[in-house]
Amino acid sequence: MPRNPIEIPDRVEYLSVLDENGRLDPALDPVIPPDLLLKLYRGMVLGRQFDQRLLSLQRQGRIGTFPPITGQEAAQLGAVSVLRPSDWMVPSFRETAAEIWRGRSLESIILADNGFNEGTRVDADLNNLPVAIPVGSQVLHAVGLAWAIQYRHKDDVVMAFFGDGATSQGDFHEGLNFAGVYQTPSVFVCQNNQWAISVPRSRQTRSKTLAQKALAYGMPGIQVDGNDILAVYLAAKEAVNRARAGGGPTLIECVTYRLLMHTTADDPRRYRTDDEVALWSHRDPLVRFEKYLTEKGLLNPEKVASTLEAVLSQIQAAVDGAEAQMKQLGYPLDMFDHVYAELPPHLADQKEALVRELSLPGEDNNHG
Amino acid sequence: MAKMTMVQALNLALKQEMEKDDRVIVLGEDVGLDGGVFRVTEGLFQQFGETRVVDTPLAESGIVGMSIGMAVYGLRPVCEIQFSGFDYHNFHQIENHAARLRWRSQGRFSVPMVLRAPYGGGVRALEHHSESREVFWAHIPGIKMVIPSGPRNARALLVSAIRDPDPVIFYEPKALYRAFREEVPEAQEALPIGRSQVVREGKDLTLIAYGAMMRPALAAADELMEKHGISAELIDILTISPLDDTLFVQSVKKTGHAMIIHEAPRSFGPGAEVSARLVEKAFFYLEAPVARVAGFDIPIPYFSRENAYLPSVSRIVRGARELLSTSLN
Repeated sequence: MPRNPIEIPDRVEYLSVLDENGRLDPALDPVIPPDLLLKLYRGMVLGRQFDQRLLSLQRQGRIGTFPPITGQEAAQLGAVSVLRPSDWMVPSFRETAAEIWRGRSLESIILADNGFNEGTRVDADLNNLPVAIPVGSQVLHAVGLAWAIQYRHKDDVVMAFFGDGATSQGDFHEGLNFAGVYQTPSVFVCQNNQWAISVPRSRQTRSKTLAQKALAYGMPGIQVDGNDILAVYLAAKEAVNRARAGGGPTLIECVTYRLLMHTTADDPRRYRTDDEVALWSHRDPLVRFEKYLTEKGLLNPEKVASTLEAVLSQIQAAVDGAEAQMKQLGYPLDMFDHVYAELPPHLADQKEALVRELSLPGEDNNHG
Repeated sequence: MAKMTMVQALNLALKQEMEKDDRVIVLGEDVGLDGGVFRVTEGLFQQFGETRVVDTPLAESGIVGMSIGMAVYGLRPVCEIQFSGFDYHNFHQIENHAARLRWRSQGRFSVPMVLRAPYGGGVRALEHHSESREVFWAHIPGIKMVIPSGPRNARALLVSAIRDPDPVIFYEPKALYRAFREEVPEAQEALPIGRSQVVREGKDLTLIAYGAMMRPALAAADELMEKHGISAELIDILTISPLDDTLFVQSVKKTGHAMIIHEAPRSFGPGAEVSARLVEKAFFYLEAPVARVAGFDIPIPYFSRENAYLPSVSRIVRGARELLSTSLN
């Protein structure tokens, strides 16, 4: 009647490639081609600057509430950049930089943030799901997509994003469990940004890491420095390659930090200290990557300035474009579109009632 | 033609649709080797294998959430939730995503899935195995909610549900699974979703029912005629949502009297919507208040008392006679 330890396969590793000063561990260098390194840098700058612009638009009342991503650029782009276009990305709602990388237009984000359904339209050539606001619920859709890919004998991969808070949701556990059972080509990327609105990571789970939850579902889990884009890239590349080759799912925990508020409706000073924010500002993923690229000879002050300028003009064009578009949108009858494949009779009646209402004197200007 | 139970007819629908279309995948708890706890999926695992008849872990949200992803990819998942009393675990997946992905993505994606679940009382089951909560689903824009009432229409409606471009919640009256047999043709047939049917014509009052309640409603119509000389028209709603009000409105314009019968709790039940439609569309033809014979607003009791809860033939007959004696003019 022994009482022996059970050998549980897999151990959780922590991975870091670039330290806070941008110094590289050469043994772990994923050897990314220079043009991709610069594209990643531009993507990070765009994510950061777009956040700033959205924040000012929000403060000016030109858009509604939105969730900023500042501080999480590396955790998003390092992961999503290893996908090919035919792979699928399943976002939560705080992956703006990753969505842009995957082809979503800045205009559409502005539209969505300003309350236009047209903003969450997904272009026909993009294999991205729209944002999912109910926390963790999208993890299961990613598993279903991956199951279907496997069923059709394709070698595409599905990458799902979610936060630390989502790991408390049943759907996260059900999703990982199903993925483990069916060995789906799935990569689960947890953006552990330390805070689910006001509740800290330590109050989500007693587990030492979030990555270790993978072991319970029979898949590898790895914790990476989420502010180190090279580490995220390396871990994601391994996971995607494994999934593509039929090796099943992986959970990646990116340890990062939400430097700004949960959404613009939130005031983080109510629940966290300035010291903590300062500590994480010191670990800024963008600063670190800039140092690394400069050291590597790929960046210099002129290149930094020209990148910023190009990004700002891209954002300005998007804001102008979105604001022009919004003047053309808002026709109320469009809200009946896409609820069903075909408008059922009771909705046709309701739409007709709105048509009549809009035709009343003085009504036509009150709804658009 | 063969005489079939509803279980056999549903099985035939799945089998034939799976033979025709490799996008159709059956998944759920115990649907594989076991053939489902009610045997609706019997034999499918042996015929189509484990990639098309998928036993899942015991997690309703997982089953439905995964089905959504499969449907977005272009498959036609037909998932079974073992009892409708457990599908609250997956309610949010239907409300938040299945019903909205077409809308959210502005037409790029759709969720052509079917959620099958046995519902309703009358089989002396445990708690959570006898509820009738179709109105939860009927209230969700973007969802279609279908309830058949016999083997033949169950088969024909399930075929339509599988082919439907929108998500369909398909509640099967478990009390009728093996209650009677009907002729079911071998050749596939489909009944349109969103259409009710006149099952029996009459002139004195209109009985409006669906699912398991069609049986007592039909028996009540017989008794009303035989014992009381009352001619009842009987309408089977078949699709709870989107609700087809054309036939019952037309019927009530003829009879002036309407009674809706459902085992779901009375308040805010499907009868409330039917009644509202009648008030909106046939008010001036009504000769008496719209009557409801429904479940009480309590949890359906354990089975020693369920017969007192469920609408019965005598309760319908009594209600109909009262209705006809309280004409407004």
